[in-house]
Amino acid sequence: MFPLSSTLELSQVASLGLAALLGVGFGFFLEKAGFGSARKLVAVFYLYDMAVVKVMFTAIVTALAGLFLLAAAGALDLAELYVEPTNYPAAIIGGLVFGAGFVIGGYCPGTSVAACATGRLDGMAFLSGIFLAAYGYAELFSGFDAWLSQSARPELTLPALTGLPMGWFVLAFIAVLALAAWGMKAAERRFSGLRP
Amino acid sequence: MNTIATPGRHPAMGNPAPYWNPYLAGFGLGLVLLAAYVIAGRGLGATGAFSTLSAWIANAISPEHALSSSVHARYLANGDTPLTAWLTWLVLGAFVGAAISGFFAGRFSLSIEKGPGVSNGQRLVLAFSGGIIAGIGSRIARGCTSGQALTGAAILNVGSLVFMIAVFVAGYAVAWALRKEWL
Repeated sequence: MFPLSSTLELSQVASLGLAALLGVGFGFFLEKAGFGSARKLVAVFYLYDMAVVKVMFTAIVTALAGLFLLAAAGALDLAELYVEPTNYPAAIIGGLVFGAGFVIGGYCPGTSVAACATGRLDGMAFLSGIFLAAYGYAELFSGFDAWLSQSARPELTLPALTGLPMGWFVLAFIAVLALAAWGMKAAERRFSGLRP
Repeated sequence: MNTIATPGRHPAMGNPAPYWNPYLAGFGLGLVLLAAYVIAGRGLGATGAFSTLSAWIANAISPEHALSSSVHARYLANGDTPLTAWLTWLVLGAFVGAAISGFFAGRFSLSIEKGPGVSNGQRLVLAFSGGIIAGIGSRIARGCTSGQALTGAAILNVGSLVFMIAVFVAGYAVAWALRKEWL
């Protein structure tokens, strides 16, 4: 019965080794997608290369469908998976700030690691900023953070919110991805002139 | 790929291999995310590693001071040090995985990625500033594109989907104002 972490008491070394192994896969596919390149990433905001949405959406649909099928087969207990508590103000304010930083800096945290690993100096500058922000946020904004924490609610997923079964959302996400794939192809043609 | 090499350096290898088809790379990434859930019961993440490191440094300088910040305290409470934190090893692994992929594809080069309209120095300042802003955003949202958007969306977490929409709304809102940086 999965997840493994709920049925098997992994030693710390084994657990951290698995984290490193998963990380290798994570970084490998990020780099293969071209996400070690700031210009490839920000292209999504100028619509001439939608790879960011294609990769993210496909990854989400793949994992979502996999979780659904494993749970339906009785091999995975979804209730054992960690789900971040819902916090709407945190998600909205944080998301807006994050999105601006993404376009200004050219990376997000994970992709900047891939950029560093392939020698990009701007990736190293970005990642230094991430570290400084993590430290500075804890030092300067802990009051704001504590206030924000009061808005936290228990975990909430779309099936719980709507009462619709998970399978419907799997189908809906696949349908939206197919539609978006077609739309993105059109957008890339339409905005190909923006490519520097 | 026309990376702008730093003066005095040249991309070590000849023509870099093309990137993978995005749907194929996304499928691979999705399998890694699925494996993380199935093995560890949790998804991926990146910025949490830096919060653990920050809390550890603050605690090493002054434990009283570190505990006076609710954010540091949260990361100290679970007893993790940077070397025993799950996310630290995930990030280290990601570095190795990206290095392997980039090296064998001929994409490793000490260079600066930028649009044609900005200088190397300007680009580095913008990258650093953007890193600070994105870093603060990820701390406010309790996660970034990996730990919040990707991981949460795969399990249909409503807050994660709201975060992802907010990221793209802000991105498209500021992109035109920043076009001189990239186009």
